[in-house]
Amino acid sequence: MSAPRHRGWFRGYAIGYLVFLYAPVVLLPVFAFNDSAIIAFPLTGFTTAHFGQLWAAEAMHGALVSSLKVAVAAAAISTVLGICAARASARYEFPGRRPIIGFIMLPLVLPEIIVAVALLVVLVQLGFSLSLWTVVLGHVLVCTPFSIAILSSAFLNLDRSLEEASQDLGEGRAMTFLRVTLPLVAPGIVASLLIGFTISLDEFIIAFFLTGTEPTLPVYIWSQLRFTAKLPGVMALGCLMLIASLALLGAAEYFRRRAQRQTGETGGYL
Amino acid sequence: MTDDDRPRGRALITLDRVEKRFGDVAALGGVSAEIMEGEFFSLLGPSGCGKTTLLRLIAGFDEPTGGAIAIDGQPMAGVPANLRPTNMVFQSYAIFPHLNVAQNVAYGLRRLRLGRAETARRVDEALGMVDLAGYGSRAAHALSGGQRQRVALARALIMRPRVLLLDEPLSALDKKLREQMQVELRRLQRAVGITFVLVTHDQEEALIMSDRIAVMFEGRIAQLASPETLYRRPVSRAVASFIGVMNFFDATVTGEAGGLIELDVAGLGRVAIPPEQAPGGVNGAAASVGIRPEMLTVLFSETDRAEHEVTGEVVEAVYYGDMTYYDLKLPGADRPATVSMRNTAGRRVLRPGDAARVGWGRESVILLAERGAGPAGR
Repeated sequence: MSAPRHRGWFRGYAIGYLVFLYAPVVLLPVFAFNDSAIIAFPLTGFTTAHFGQLWAAEAMHGALVSSLKVAVAAAAISTVLGICAARASARYEFPGRRPIIGFIMLPLVLPEIIVAVALLVVLVQLGFSLSLWTVVLGHVLVCTPFSIAILSSAFLNLDRSLEEASQDLGEGRAMTFLRVTLPLVAPGIVASLLIGFTISLDEFIIAFFLTGTEPTLPVYIWSQLRFTAKLPGVMALGCLMLIASLALLGAAEYFRRRAQRQTGETGGYL
Repeated sequence: MTDDDRPRGRALITLDRVEKRFGDVAALGGVSAEIMEGEFFSLLGPSGCGKTTLLRLIAGFDEPTGGAIAIDGQPMAGVPANLRPTNMVFQSYAIFPHLNVAQNVAYGLRRLRLGRAETARRVDEALGMVDLAGYGSRAAHALSGGQRQRVALARALIMRPRVLLLDEPLSALDKKLREQMQVELRRLQRAVGITFVLVTHDQEEALIMSDRIAVMFEGRIAQLASPETLYRRPVSRAVASFIGVMNFFDATVTGEAGGLIELDVAGLGRVAIPPEQAPGGVNGAAASVGIRPEMLTVLFSETDRAEHEVTGEVVEAVYYGDMTYYDLKLPGADRPATVSMRNTAGRRVLRPGDAARVGWGRESVILLAERGAGPAGR
């Protein structure tokens, strides 16, 4: 029988895949605490000095604040745009609905470098000066398709008779949206905000092209990589970002499950 | 027509040649009717007959493409659902999943700005009305189907509407619960005195609950009458076979004498009936008659006599415990007739192949203008 041997192969494949996926991520904290300026084995000792350096690096703080500003703005704007588009495409039939949604979703598959270069050319031609706002603009373009994809399923899952029931009970369109629609798609909105935030936070190409004098965090990290001495600091930074993203994911999952418990419905958006 | 069929009191909803087209498809082809204040009115028909479309037009979720709807004398054209004196119990119940029972029931009270105490009092009152007292803090998803239905009812009734619209409210419930709710809904309607308009495809449900029923086919009202008239005096074969079980026999109108219509009925023989028993009118010689299974009697004893008698043969006997349904082949009739007999003490059950004498009276015959090939449904 070949079944046990097959099982062995599959197990080996699965383990190899996981190692390939996560070993580099695991190395981050290892070298972040290693007492050496060079990223190499053997390890030489334990230190938290690299984190101390980060604490002192003013430029990094600036980049972090820039990134957070951009990410919050991009997530909020793309989610608002996503709510409008998803609601329209889920509720109403209008001429050109499919092509319009198709064009909005296109940046999902367009190479980012093309979007970035094209945006740069247009913005410069129009006489805009590069700033964090131009980065936000580029990120909104990239994040909106994700928001629409997430929110469309939220709006499509919404039973239309719930909105009709609200109108039947005396509420107009605006109050119906506030009292029924919005709370019921809230898990989708939270998911859209978190996804937009995450995408914007680690987006590099567009930020690299469109950023002015204030770099975002990925652009700052890239600039640091040219100096070997700064590498352990980057490792420490990466370590903190890893913890932050895990915390973010955990929070998203917590909210999703709480929403699920409230409505008693299954299936989520994350 | 009996007295029950004439609308009594004041018309609350007036439908004047109401039409609704979706693209090229006419869902409603000019419906006119008056629904009276305080009555339990049903729209009955198979799926796709336009009954739900009509209900949604009354509620204000859609606008008619022709004709006019007035509620309480007010034309409803252009009046949105939230400003109409109607409330609806949806087929899916549409319970707000993010709110608990009390919040669901109180949903429509926000605009009235009643204050916390008065709101709570009215919610308790509404929940008590549907036997859900003490359920206020339950989460919506922790309710059974029957409870969701009651919450939907309480949420609509708390608004004290002029008209309560019910869109197949019982179809999602199991048989036992449905029968219980039919009686309860009827009791509730009498207690609150609000006009109920019920949409249903279940003829039994409509018969049990309604004061008057509009039977709809293909976007039109085929007959609007009391349950008893619908059952006893259907105006067409379609209505006759949709309501209960009806045996159809081909018949020929042979003449009129002394105010009576003379018929020759295949399988039953000659009979003369008064014009009331031709509620759809007479139209030419080719016609059919309908006769209900309980209007035919198997004459078990030699000494049993009936106004008219024929002898047939049992094709099939279906035993239900309290009743036995016989399919009987009558000489001259093209299909078997169904006869229902109560299984009273000592009465035997015939077997297929047995001969049976069948008795009937001339009052039990309904003359229908059309002939048709459709078998009698059970």
